[in-house]
Amino acid sequence: MKLLCVAFSEAELPVCGGLAASLGAEFDVLLVHGSAGAGYGAAQVMTLGATEAPTADVLAPCVAAAAVGYSHVVAVSSMATKDLMARAAGLVGAAMVTDVVRFEAPNRFVRPILAGSVLATVETLVEPVFLTFRAAGIVPAEAGSAVAVAAAPPLGPELATRVATTVRGGSRPDLAQAKCVVTGGRPLQDAETFERVIGGLADRLGAAVGATRAAVDSGIAPNELQVGQTGKIVAPDLYIAAGVSGSTQHVAGIKDSKAIVAINKDPDAPIFETADLGLVADLFEAIPEIVAKLGPKE
Amino acid sequence: MKIVVPIKRVVDPYAKVKPLADGTGLDVAGVKFEINPFDEIAMEEAVRIKERDPSTYTVAVSIGGPECEEQLRKALAIGADEAVLIETTDGLDASVIAAELVAFVQEVAPDIVLMGKQSTDDDSNQVGQMMAAMLGWPQATFACKLTPGVGEVTVDRETDSGEESLRMKTPCVVTTDLRMNQPRYIALPGIIKARSKPLAKRGRGTSASPRVRLTHLAALPPRPPGRKVASVDELLTELKSRGLV
Ligand SMILES: Cc1cc2nc3c(=O)[nH]c(=O)nc-3n(C[C@H](O)[C@H](O)[C@H](O)COP(=O)(O)OP(=O)(O)OC[C@H]3O[C@@H](n4cnc5c(N)ncnc54)[C@H](O)[C@@H]3O)c2cc1C
Repeated sequence: MKLLCVAFSEAELPVCGGLAASLGAEFDVLLVHGSAGAGYGAAQVMTLGATEAPTADVLAPCVAAAAVGYSHVVAVSSMATKDLMARAAGLVGAAMVTDVVRFEAPNRFVRPILAGSVLATVETLVEPVFLTFRAAGIVPAEAGSAVAVAAAPPLGPELATRVATTVRGGSRPDLAQAKCVVTGGRPLQDAETFERVIGGLADRLGAAVGATRAAVDSGIAPNELQVGQTGKIVAPDLYIAAGVSGSTQHVAGIKDSKAIVAINKDPDAPIFETADLGLVADLFEAIPEIVAKLGPKE
Repeated sequence: MKIVVPIKRVVDPYAKVKPLADGTGLDVAGVKFEINPFDEIAMEEAVRIKERDPSTYTVAVSIGGPECEEQLRKALAIGADEAVLIETTDGLDASVIAAELVAFVQEVAPDIVLMGKQSTDDDSNQVGQMMAAMLGWPQATFACKLTPGVGEVTVDRETDSGEESLRMKTPCVVTTDLRMNQPRYIALPGIIKARSKPLAKRGRGTSASPRVRLTHLAALPPRPPGRKVASVDELLTELKSRGLV
């Protein structure tokens, strides 16, 4: 096995290194954004030095050219890598596997399907294999020493022009990486209430904020906060779901959390089947009480 | 403007389906099948474009067994002008579907291939991007808004950290996210009326063979059962004892 890890930023390198180490595989990195101070075990880092990540049409030919000589081309699952990797696999004629959660053999992988309710084992029949993998459960690699840097193959022609970009984020931790996540659902009424109640508890805990599809669809929370089958997959130590019914599609995104707490006023809400600790209560009373009893942040 | 909308038949996304005991497939006895919800959003969007610009022509296409006719009839009821079933019982993976759709698209020559970003059964999110690569066309995945122009389209798409807007020449591939629209409700009479619309059947157009094969399905191991706490105090005591707050 020889891996090429495609990373949009240096922040993805520790898990790439961790994956390669767990597989006992040699690996190089193709880094889209910024430069790599350390290799996290990589033999070589190819950099593009892009200040803004190019669109998938421009990046895919570069990935396809860089892929030559590798058995596996891998990337941490995200919307950006799903956009890119399947296009690059299409150029190369590679096998493609999405959201791998377990590596059983160089050609055998386990991945969740049907909103995470079923684990499918798949076999790839050709090489190279392109795949995206979930970072949960992978022990991040140490930075290691400075790494050899090379230039990445050239980018492809621009077929799509980015005419506007809205990046939100602010000071809270990144949802996909956070140690603690507080999620709110439909009953949060409006953006201001959501921010005050859910955001308030999150800030007290140093947590990221998540939302259900119902909350996003009704404009209570921005789309990049959606957690679930078709949103972000989270794996924090503590996941707090407040006013969340616990649909299969939502639960698909939280199953790797170490502890799940549910606050819901309906004692029969399905979320209680998934929660480790359930509190039957009105969130508008329970959350302020939690914040008050935790006291000010040290 | 011509729009091709690929349609996949999937198990009802709200049904709880389990693998068969021997792991060779899913136990779908008594389970309903639907249009993949993302494809339904794509079909709805194509029909809305046609409602604004009546010169638009929309073609729904599905690949699979004869039972996929049911979902194509629904697509016709939503408002597709024509449906095509590429009938096969072959093993299919994303790369075969992409190859078949590419062959179909080369024949039909649409301005836009508008399709779901993923299917709710396989959750792979691959076919649109693979097709765009094979055709050398621009792509916009995770789309939440599509604005057709003259010889070009502008697409707002969701990203990991917000949104962006892409402008691209047609022909192109656009894959839809949940927030593009809310598909209309189709009552039974609508489906019956759509029976007079053309639905053609044909065989496969390529000999592409799968690059990925499903070998086993297993239910996710259940989480250990949790418990209810009686008060905020009990919750906080428990969380503190576990070192979580
Ligand atoms: C194709 C597809 C993909 C989807 N993908 C996703 C996804 O990625 N993520 C996702 O989240 N959903 C997804 N969904 C939607 C999903 O099926 C549910 O509709 C959604 O998760 C429900 O959100 P909710 O729990 O906020 O709302 P609801 O189902 O309306 O639940 C609200 C809950 O809040 C409780 N409640 C109300 N008031 C209070 C109060 N004052 N205090 C405490 N509790 C209260 C209620 O008892 C209820 O349980 C998808 C659906 C489809 C079809």
